[in-house]
Amino acid sequence: MEPNKLLDLYTRILRIRRFEEQVGTLFAQGQLPGFVHLYIGEEAVGAGICALLRDDDYIVSTHRGHGHVLAKGGDMQRMMAELFGKRTGYCKGKGGSMHIADFSIGMLGACGIVGGGIPVAVGAGLSAKTRGTDQVAVSFFGDGASNEGSFHESLNLASALALPVLFVCENNQYGEFTPAIQAMNIRDIALRAQGYGIPGVIVDGTDALAVYDVAQEAVARARRGEGPTLIEAKTHRRGGHAEGEEAFLGGQQYRLADELAAARRNDPLLKLHTFIVENGQIPLETLETLDHEITQAVTEAVAFARASEAPDETILYEDTWV
Amino acid sequence: MPRKTYIAAIQAALAEELRQDPNVILIGEDVRLGVFAGTRGLHAEFGDARVIDTPISELGVAGAGIGAAATGLRPVVDLMFGTFLYLAFDQIANQAATMRYMFGGQTRLPVVFMTQNGGGIGAGPHHSQPVHPFFMNLPLIKVVMPSTPYDVKGLLKAAIRDDNPVVFLNHLSLGSQRGEVPDEAYTLPLGKAEIKRAGRDLTVVAAGLMVHHALKAAAELAESGIEAEVVDLRTLKPWDEETVLASVERTGRCICVDESYPVCGGASEWAACISEKAFYALKAPVQRISNAHVPIPFSPTLEKMVIPQPAAIVAAAHRVMATTLPERN
Repeated sequence: MEPNKLLDLYTRILRIRRFEEQVGTLFAQGQLPGFVHLYIGEEAVGAGICALLRDDDYIVSTHRGHGHVLAKGGDMQRMMAELFGKRTGYCKGKGGSMHIADFSIGMLGACGIVGGGIPVAVGAGLSAKTRGTDQVAVSFFGDGASNEGSFHESLNLASALALPVLFVCENNQYGEFTPAIQAMNIRDIALRAQGYGIPGVIVDGTDALAVYDVAQEAVARARRGEGPTLIEAKTHRRGGHAEGEEAFLGGQQYRLADELAAARRNDPLLKLHTFIVENGQIPLETLETLDHEITQAVTEAVAFARASEAPDETILYEDTWV
Repeated sequence: MPRKTYIAAIQAALAEELRQDPNVILIGEDVRLGVFAGTRGLHAEFGDARVIDTPISELGVAGAGIGAAATGLRPVVDLMFGTFLYLAFDQIANQAATMRYMFGGQTRLPVVFMTQNGGGIGAGPHHSQPVHPFFMNLPLIKVVMPSTPYDVKGLLKAAIRDDNPVVFLNHLSLGSQRGEVPDEAYTLPLGKAEIKRAGRDLTVVAAGLMVHHALKAAAELAESGIEAEVVDLRTLKPWDEETVLASVERTGRCICVDESYPVCGGASEWAACISEKAFYALKAPVQRISNAHVPIPFSPTLEKMVIPQPAAIVAAAHRVMATTLPERN
């Protein structure tokens, strides 16, 4: 991979990591309302896929969506303000963590309903095909969503109509607190592609370069008008389902010991960092400067969010009927 | 003026809109063939890219309509029977009804979910249960239920041009009904009721098939000297409070007839509003006539007992005419 591409990939991952770390801290301090689902540990998937997309390509995300917004090029300040419920946020404080969208860069929204965004992505693909463009639509979802009817209807529909869609399953091994292997009788979700007559590919979702490679073919196939691909990115979530989950789990443990160990071994940021260092294409100080800049940007995003005003009653009744 | 069936008026509206805007598409199960004829013949003119047959997959297809609407198209999603909307309910309630607002106005969703609502043809519960109150209850969704061929053409064209999600409910048993429908293009505004028959003594509020039952009842009441005014809401959300309240202010008596279940049904909504906002004009309590609270049975004999019939409206009219509230000071 060319150094500038590699640096781009690394930047996307690092932006997500530093943003999410800060969000975790803020939530633990009780500064953020509602629920927060962090993308730490899964960054390589969103980054690897989005690094291949154009601004006019579409993505639809999940409840664990911060990483997808950032990977697609979203603005940290407007995101952070949204998490604080402020009027300067992406959705004027009406969406929150699980519903951030940025239509200007094809980010059609995160989604609080498991599997709820998949049909919407299919519609974006249908739209691209009908309008005769070579845009593609990417649907991100988790292992849990692959048990929802919407997943199965969407794969079949996109396959039957040969739509330019990438179905990207981030298999982080748990649907909420239930191990995926307990919720389905197969190990590989990619197998499900066979039932719909489309390619199903498994990739190490903690390896950004591997994700990028696999997605390259899937994106090209979609742009050529040959239809959808299911990519199963096997990954791990570093933390829990939701921040602060200890409070409602009452101290019960659910992580499988070997999976937790694997999660710690397979850090996508560390993996790419190691690769870059061993490869020697990018000076270490470039990476350090980048980290410093991103950390600074996160700090500024928090300051921006804090300084922003809360939405008022006019905003409550805005954005209803056109 | 040419006379057309209700179904032919739907065809005409779809053809005109597909012709005038390349972003309009029609998607759904068997839309090429047009099982109930509303979409028949359109594929021949507009082809595969605009008239798109899909698998039987209501949730997926409804969601695809939403995604397509969010990215520049104006999809008409044909869901065939109202009851099938329940299969698509998550996409309509959680996505279509929220996205624009939830994303701070970043998108518009010009999507029409078109289906046939209600009963009356012996199709049994899974093809006849009325669904409109569920959609009336949702924010950001418009709900339209036309009663005549003229109305269905003008309202469907307006729904397709509307930038909001619209649940468009043709009535299952009105398909072969004939009426005057101009060949030229026209739209009817969503949210506007029409007084289908003027009368001084009492107001009957209805939509869809119930408008016809109300008109039959009004004709019968006229024979005994009672003049009923029939207000056809045409759009169930947003509904035309102004026209209804003005009518009740004139007549002082009101019957709300809706082909849905009585709890949180259409009649309940209208009656509550009238009681709240036209209370001092009322000479008798507002009456609600709704479906019996059982699933829609198959046997035509039983089905008639469930869906409000003209006789029930006539009886209610006599009841309210016999009531006069004591004078207030």
